[in-house]
Amino acid sequence: MTRRVLPGLPGTLGLTLFYLTAMVLLPLAALVIRATGIGFGGFAAQIGSPRVLAAFRASFGIAFLAAWVDTLLGLLVAWVLVRYRFPGRRLLDALVDLPIALPTAVAGIALTELYAETGWFGAPLAALGIHVAFTPLGIGVALAFVGLPFVVRAVEPVLADLDRDVEEAAATLGASSWQIFRRVILPPLWPALLTGFTLAFGRGIGEYGSVIFIAGNMPGISEIVPLLIVVKLEQYDTVGACVLGSLMLLASFAIMLTINALQSWSQRRLGN
Amino acid sequence: MRIEITGLVCRYGTTPAISGVDLTIADGEFVALLGPSGSGKTTLLRAMAGLEIPEAGGLAFDGADALALPPNRRGVGFVFQHYALFKHMTVADNIAFGLSIRPRARRPDQAAIAAKVDELLELVQLPGLGRRYPQQLSGGQRQRVALARALAIEPQLLLLDEPFGALDTQVRTELRLWLKDLHRRLGVTSVFVTHDQEEAMELADRIVVMRAGRIEQIGTPAEVYAAPASPFVYGFLGQANQIGCTIAAGVARAGAVVLADGLDLPDGPATAWFRPYQIDVAPDGPALDGDLIDLSAIGARVKGTLSHEGRLVTLELSDRTSLVVGPCRWRPREVRIYPAA
Repeated sequence: MTRRVLPGLPGTLGLTLFYLTAMVLLPLAALVIRATGIGFGGFAAQIGSPRVLAAFRASFGIAFLAAWVDTLLGLLVAWVLVRYRFPGRRLLDALVDLPIALPTAVAGIALTELYAETGWFGAPLAALGIHVAFTPLGIGVALAFVGLPFVVRAVEPVLADLDRDVEEAAATLGASSWQIFRRVILPPLWPALLTGFTLAFGRGIGEYGSVIFIAGNMPGISEIVPLLIVVKLEQYDTVGACVLGSLMLLASFAIMLTINALQSWSQRRLGN
Repeated sequence: MRIEITGLVCRYGTTPAISGVDLTIADGEFVALLGPSGSGKTTLLRAMAGLEIPEAGGLAFDGADALALPPNRRGVGFVFQHYALFKHMTVADNIAFGLSIRPRARRPDQAAIAAKVDELLELVQLPGLGRRYPQQLSGGQRQRVALARALAIEPQLLLLDEPFGALDTQVRTELRLWLKDLHRRLGVTSVFVTHDQEEAMELADRIVVMRAGRIEQIGTPAEVYAAPASPFVYGFLGQANQIGCTIAAGVARAGAVVLADGLDLPDGPATAWFRPYQIDVAPDGPALDGDLIDLSAIGARVKGTLSHEGRLVTLELSDRTSLVVGPCRWRPREVRIYPAA
C-alpha cells in the first residue's frame, strides 16, 4: 500500500461530508422544509403567478444568453492573451479578473451610468433606438460583465497547452484557417468552454447586486428571481421567499447536473 | 518532384536563420539536411513546406514557383519531431484528415477514404490500430501514424523534421531501416533534417551539411565522409584529431614526417586532420614523438589517448600487442590538410 499525504478515506471523506452537510446541505434543507410547510396547493399558487413565471424566464433566459455571449467573447479574450505578446498584456490579463473582485453593486452603478440614456454608451445607442438601461438587455449586459472572467480563466490554460505544430500539421495536410480552427483547435477546447459556460451561467442565475441597478426592476419585464425573493422578504412573506428559493435551487441543480453530464461525455470523447 | 532552391534567405526578427541557400533536389531523391542546432536546417525544411516565409530567394517545384502558395496548397507531406497528431481523433481519423477536409468535388467517398486508411495502416505496419487514440500508442507507433497521415494526401515531396529525434535508440535504428525501405518502394522525393551524422549517412542518397545558415558541403555520404570540404565538416562527421603542420612547395610536413604531398595549397602553416583509426603506432621510418597516457580495451578494439605537443589525440586500433602506456612513436595516415584559418 502506498503512503498517502492526507489521512485515508474514512478521515477525508468524513470531513468532506461533515463540511458539506453543515455548510451546504443543512441551510438548503431548512429552506426546502420551510417552503414545503405551505403544502402543495400553496406551492402551486406561488409558481402559477405570472410575476413569478416572468421572473424565472428573465433570470434563466437572460443568464443563458449572457453565458453564450461570454463563451464567445471569453474564447476571443483568452486567444488574444495566450497567442499574442503585446505591450499591456499583463495589464489586460489582470483586468479580466476585475469583475470577480469588484463589489457587484459598484459594477451595477457603473454600468447604469454608462448605459443610461445620458451615459457615454447609452446616448448614442438611444439615438439608434436601442435602450439598454432599465430593460432586459441591461440585465444581459450586467450578467455578461460578471460572467466573462469565468470563461477566460477556464479556457486560457487549455489553449496555452495546445501545440502549435498540430495546427501546422493540419495546414500542410491542406486545411484552411477555418478548418484548422473548427476541426483541430476547437474540439480540445470543448470541455473547457463548457466549464466556462457553466460557471458564467451559474453566476448569472444567482447574480443580484449588479443587476438591480441597471434592470429597472419592472415586474413581469425586467425583474429577476433573486430580486423577487428580496421583495417578498421585505413584505415579511418568508414562506414565499423560501418557495422561490427552493424552486431556484431545484432548477439550478438540474441544469448544472445536465451540463456536468454533457461535459464528462465530451471529455470521454476526447479519449481522456 | 524536382526542387530548386535559389538564394533563399530567412530571418527571425533580425537574426538570420538561413542566409543564401542554393540547392537542387532531383526527383525521387532522399536528401539529409545535416548540421548542429542553429545551422538553419529546420528553417530550410519549414520554408519548403511554407511554414516559414523567406525574405528573399526562390523555391520552385518542378519548375513552378512554390513560394506564392500557402502551406495548405503546396501538397507537401510534413512529419514533425513530436508527431503533432490530433489527440482528439482516432488513428484512422488522423490519417483520413487530409482527405476528409477536401472540398466535396475532390473528396473521395467514405468507403474510398476508409480503404485508403487501411492501406496506409498496412504500409506503416499498424494494421487494426485504426480505432485507437494517439495516447494509446508508443512513440515509434505515433511517428508511423504521423507518416501515414502525411502520405495520405499522396504528396510529391515528403519533409521530415528530425523524425526520430524523440525516440529511444533501439526504436530509432529500427525505424531508420524501415523508412529507408519505404522510400525505396514509394520513390517519393524526401528531405529529412537530422543532427545525427550516422543517421544521415545510413539513410540519405545525398547529404547537405549546413552551418550557420549556409550550406557547407553537398555530396553523397561516401564523398562527404572521404573528402570533407572544411574542418567543420570533418569534425562534424565523426571523431577527429588535428595536429599542426607546415606546407612547403605542396608538401605538408610535421617534423620529419611527410603527411601529404602534391597539395594545391599555399605555403605556410596548416592543420592536418585524421580519424582515430588512421594512426600507426611505432611505425617503420620517420615518426612523431608522443606520450601515450591512457588505454582501454572495448571489445576487440583498443581506444587510447596520446599527448602530442600539448594536444590530445585519440586513437582507436584493432591490435593492442605493441601498445604500452608511456612515450611512443606514432604517425597519422590518410590525413586531410586544411590551411590555417
